Amino acid sequence: MAVMNMVQAINSALDFKLKDDESVVVYGEDVGLEGGVFRVTEGLQKKYGEKRVFDTPLAESMIIGTGVGMAAGGLRPVAEIQFSGFIYPGFNQIISHVSRMRNRSRGTITCPMVIRAPYGGGVRALEMHSESLEAVYGHIPGLKVVMPATPYDAKGLMIAAIEDNDPVMFLEPKKVYRAIKQEVPEDPYRIKIGKAKIAQEGEQITVVAYGAMLRTAQQGIAKAKKDGISVELIDLRTIFPMDTDTIIESVKKTGRILIVHEAARSFGVAAEIMSLVNEEAFLYLEAPPTRLTGFDTIVPFPMGEDLYFPDADRVYHHIKKVVEF
Amino acid sequence: MLLKTFDPLKGKQLRIMDENGEIVDEKNMPELTDDQVVEAYKYMLYARQVDLKAVAYQRMGRLFTLPPNLGQEAAAFGSAYALDKKKDWMVPAFREMAAWLYWGATAKDLYLYWAGSEDGNVTPDDVNFMPSAVPVASQVPHAAGLGYSIKYKGTDQVVITYFGDGGTSEGDFHEGMNFAGVFKLPVIFFCNNNQYAISVPRRMQSAAKNLADKAIGYGMPGIQVDGNDFFAVYAATKEAAEYARDGNGPVMIEAETYRRGYHTTSDDPTKYRTAEEEAEWEKKDPLIRMKKYLEKKGLWDDDKENDYVKHAKKDISAQFKEVEEYPRTSLEQIFKYMYEEMPDILKKQKVEMEKYLAGKEGR
Ligand SMILES: Cc1ncc(C[n+]2csc(CCOP(=O)(O)OP(=O)(O)O)c2C)c(N)n1
Repeated sequence: MAVMNMVQAINSALDFKLKDDESVVVYGEDVGLEGGVFRVTEGLQKKYGEKRVFDTPLAESMIIGTGVGMAAGGLRPVAEIQFSGFIYPGFNQIISHVSRMRNRSRGTITCPMVIRAPYGGGVRALEMHSESLEAVYGHIPGLKVVMPATPYDAKGLMIAAIEDNDPVMFLEPKKVYRAIKQEVPEDPYRIKIGKAKIAQEGEQITVVAYGAMLRTAQQGIAKAKKDGISVELIDLRTIFPMDTDTIIESVKKTGRILIVHEAARSFGVAAEIMSLVNEEAFLYLEAPPTRLTGFDTIVPFPMGEDLYFPDADRVYHHIKKVVEF
Repeated sequence: MLLKTFDPLKGKQLRIMDENGEIVDEKNMPELTDDQVVEAYKYMLYARQVDLKAVAYQRMGRLFTLPPNLGQEAAAFGSAYALDKKKDWMVPAFREMAAWLYWGATAKDLYLYWAGSEDGNVTPDDVNFMPSAVPVASQVPHAAGLGYSIKYKGTDQVVITYFGDGGTSEGDFHEGMNFAGVFKLPVIFFCNNNQYAISVPRRMQSAAKNLADKAIGYGMPGIQVDGNDFFAVYAATKEAAEYARDGNGPVMIEAETYRRGYHTTSDDPTKYRTAEEEAEWEKKDPLIRMKKYLEKKGLWDDDKENDYVKHAKKDISAQFKEVEEYPRTSLEQIFKYMYEEMPDILKKQKVEMEKYLAGKEGR
């Protein structure tokens, strides 16, 4: 088995699908010759040619809108948006067409498209390069929203996303891109979209995290362990369709839940999970469902970002708060 | 007159001074005193020092990612210098720092922004200056809207907005240009065609022969200039400003130039261009030719250059020092500017965090 970081793992998934399925095309800004600003598509143009892996003019509405047409024409577009913070010119296409083509055409025209975008902060990035808008995508009926936390998951989820007959928003935690390495099989494998993973079993509290926050959660949990607190950690992996069964089952066991995300608080993924828990596990609760999130503010520039992004200490603090309630 | 003579569809480009600092188009040489020309050169030289220092500081880990302006100073500064900074509007992208510095931003402002403080976006009260726009071309409709407000109020102002060759592919560019054309607004759309959008070459952005051609489709004049020739940039922008100020509507200017440095400090240009190409464009550098021109006229020499650069470096280092001593962003500042009045829901989040931080200190 090879040891890969997330960049290499996604590259390996794209490589496999390009080889496996002639209808797959990979494109976006700087994706071809340069292999993307994060090098996720490095080497693919050389291997598969400019017709299948290519640079486009600089326009996100065009990147996503042409994907709708390519998909209707029988291709499987994998579009890269360079940073999730620059996807907004393409929102019209995502909301008006990508997400609803199947429904509008009563299933006759579909949009099997993957939109990849690095998201998230805590990396001292430039202005508007640190946002997490998964809740917005989760709120658009017709989209699937995937957020891997590890290289292994990223590969299996990416292959599944490209093979999915519905559109998938694939949000890649740029903080994780090169931060962790892991054994990743060189052979293809799939991870089911819509299925969460119990990253760690425990008894006293359920912590839910995803993407870059999984590692932060793990670091906080390690601190709680020293206090003898037993934590069950769920890596959500898919934001929508959410794996509600795994969450509910876990909360029924632990009676407590803390959700951690870096996105703004109001109307966020945590809010969704908290209502779910109230609906389906209310009588099992020993403490109020709790969330640790970004503030309802613009993500601050680097000089302020440490105050904004949840860190291990705050995870630990919140775990204790919920357990000691 | 320039706008009529230099039709981009006929492949014409305005160039007044060549690479050797020779005036090749005497007829169109703008009226500038020797003092003004020396002043212009000093501004560009200063901007270059700010830029070179920024990259150096970034390489030492004292600034975060930033987009160098190297090689594009004549396009940025020459266009801004042709306007009236006491009343006109500047709507920037993110790479024409030589223009911002002329308009009243300081090296400290730029460094503060790249050191990770929002305060770097704050410009002096007495100039009309939008903050930089990171999402490519998103500022172009703002310029058109400012043009509308100017026409609405009947004030004697002009707007200039900047964008790159890549920016001309975005819908915002087209929609902003179209609006300005339809309402005949006093806006100068200034394209810094520096040949690349990160790794993607100019030819991949448009099948049009010249980017200035795009003006035609929106019913406005377009002109292409040698963007490394201060005089050409200045003359074209000066005329565009008069044209717009007189109520004739918008103008698009395409300045053909070259990004000599990195796209940003995270970029590796060797991936997508050759050293030969870079060397070719180095010869066309805007400062080199301007210096040659001034030397020939007896207005400048190496001693003056060294003195000035020394003075600039000292000044810039002092400003950088202020940035390094600048206080970190506080929790208060993160919340304070979200709304005119802080909603209770934000107050609660702030208080919760304050309590947490206080408890942490206590521990
Ligand atoms: C809407 C949007 N998409 C993508 C990006 C990422 N990005 C930043 S600069 C850039 C290239 C811009 O090229 P150009 O407009 O030619 O200006 P230049 O950087 O060359 O000055 C890209 C793709 C962005 N900032 N905004």
